[in-house]
Amino acid sequence: MEEKQTQNEQEQVIQKTPSGIKIFWKEILKDKLALFSLIFFVLVTAIVFTVSLILDKEQVVKVDLFAIHQPPGGDFILGTDYGGRDVFGQLIIGTRNSLWIGFLVTALSGFIGIVVGVVSGYFGGHIDNVLMRILDFFMVLPSTMLIIVFVSIVPEYSTLSFSLIMTAFLWMGIARLIRSKALQEKELDYAQASRTLGSSHFSIIFKQVLPNITSLIVVTMTLNLAANIGIESGLSFLGFGFPENTPSLGTLLSYATNPVTLEERWWIWLPAAILILVLMLAVRNVGEALKRAADARQRRA
Amino acid sequence: MWKFTVRRLLISAPQILLLSIIIFWLAKQMPGDALTGLIDPNISAERKEEMREQLGLNNPWYIQYKDWLAGAVQGDFGESFRYKMDVSELVWQRIVNTFWLSLVSVFFIYAIGLPLGIISGRYNDKLIDQLITGYTYIGFATPIFIFGLVSLWVFGFMLGWFPTGGSVEPGLEPGTLEYILSKLQHLLLPSLAIALIGTVGTVQYLRSEIIDTKQKDFILTARAKGAPERRVYNKHIFRNSILPIAAFFGYEIVNLINGTIFIEQIFAYPGMGNLFIESILQRDFSVVTALVLITGVGAIVGALLSDIILSIVDPRIRIK
Repeated sequence: MEEKQTQNEQEQVIQKTPSGIKIFWKEILKDKLALFSLIFFVLVTAIVFTVSLILDKEQVVKVDLFAIHQPPGGDFILGTDYGGRDVFGQLIIGTRNSLWIGFLVTALSGFIGIVVGVVSGYFGGHIDNVLMRILDFFMVLPSTMLIIVFVSIVPEYSTLSFSLIMTAFLWMGIARLIRSKALQEKELDYAQASRTLGSSHFSIIFKQVLPNITSLIVVTMTLNLAANIGIESGLSFLGFGFPENTPSLGTLLSYATNPVTLEERWWIWLPAAILILVLMLAVRNVGEALKRAADARQRRA
Repeated sequence: MWKFTVRRLLISAPQILLLSIIIFWLAKQMPGDALTGLIDPNISAERKEEMREQLGLNNPWYIQYKDWLAGAVQGDFGESFRYKMDVSELVWQRIVNTFWLSLVSVFFIYAIGLPLGIISGRYNDKLIDQLITGYTYIGFATPIFIFGLVSLWVFGFMLGWFPTGGSVEPGLEPGTLEYILSKLQHLLLPSLAIALIGTVGTVQYLRSEIIDTKQKDFILTARAKGAPERRVYNKHIFRNSILPIAAFFGYEIVNLINGTIFIEQIFAYPGMGNLFIESILQRDFSVVTALVLITGVGAIVGALLSDIILSIVDPRIRIK
């Protein structure tokens, strides 16, 4: 009788260990700001991607000299820019482009960072030494300047080459994080035991070390997404982002380098500025909530 | 200590060498060469070839690289074809401007960051700390160019408190008091924009350092001995937390340069970042090459200094 009860208790305990996704959800539901941010981000993404499907792109980028610099209201919800183009349409397409490259660069740099980090941390020794020296070198480079130089000399410049150039200078942070975590993880008993039992390095990395650092990867990539959206819009702002005639949020902001536009035609650049800021904050809120969820000590009671 | 310094130097030297090779390679990829700016279009092809030979442009790449590097070390980066003057002279003028901008920014970074960090750490989880933490949270997520644009719009144009561009009022005599005041006035808004965003890391670091140190045994001892609260904070805790911050300064150089590129562009401030963007747009590549090399070497040397200072301050680092 008693034995049965303890067995029941044990079963309960086993049932109670929630999956990672459940913990994430619980944390986000508890943190109203993060929940709101997540809903906002998903909504903006959905709206921007569907509306830009319907939106006539030709119409948006078409120069209309009779409608230059119209303030908001009337035919154009957010007014027009120096070419008489609809700011609202550019905002939608720009947001889509900015988000799209944000996702792409985060995925690419995350992939490189994870590979370098895991290999470096897991194998250690000379491999680690060499990889970390390369990483140190990239860390210290003046990356904004070099990205701009690459962007301006690459032949047949396209969105893909732009994201590859950005990736080349943005993989180091995540690589360093993953490395230090992998370094700790491989010393733990379970990894050592697998090795003793004859598992290959490959299977230990993929079946044991990687699953155990998934939460770190998810958190870091979420926070990176926020940062990358900012970096892309900064480069587009300077004029070294997306290829010409592909508007981004930064492109709208770059019109503000003209003092008259900055001073008198706020409708061209201010919505884009606010949108970048709010999007970055929203993604960061979600990232911080995930970070708390990933660390049992920081979870909200 | 010496062992660490030497080992650290041995890492930096190849870094600088590698950087110079990459920049040389990039310079070769850029359209046009030293002759593009010099020659008038009427010159014959043979004469052009002769001049190429003379300038060593037909040599194998490693000899060209050696010549280029030897020139760069002596400050000879060729001639800017747009300004028709020595690149080194042009760059030097702009570096001086950027230096002042960075100096004032650094002053504000610490003048704002240190008090906020100390208050935030001392009164952690009180209302004032929550306000400061809120500021750092938003400041961390705000791209510097958006903050710069908005502050120029609000304080430069709408309120008219600050000049909206340039580095000095035109027509003033250099050296006079008015000239210096005008320079400072032009520096104020851009450097505050850099500092308010740039100081966020310092505040966050100092806060967590102080909260950490507060619970250490030697602080308990100091309190038990009856040291007044002010003395505990000013002498014992602050001194322990401030050194790493001073040492991080070298790493900050990269961030500072990143910030000045955007801020100089927004405020039309004639510094290095502004020159860099202009030169790239105008395809004045000898200037671009010089600027990237100088900032790259500056960043490497900054990181080197930081590491050495850190190793002096914190002996645990030396063991590695």
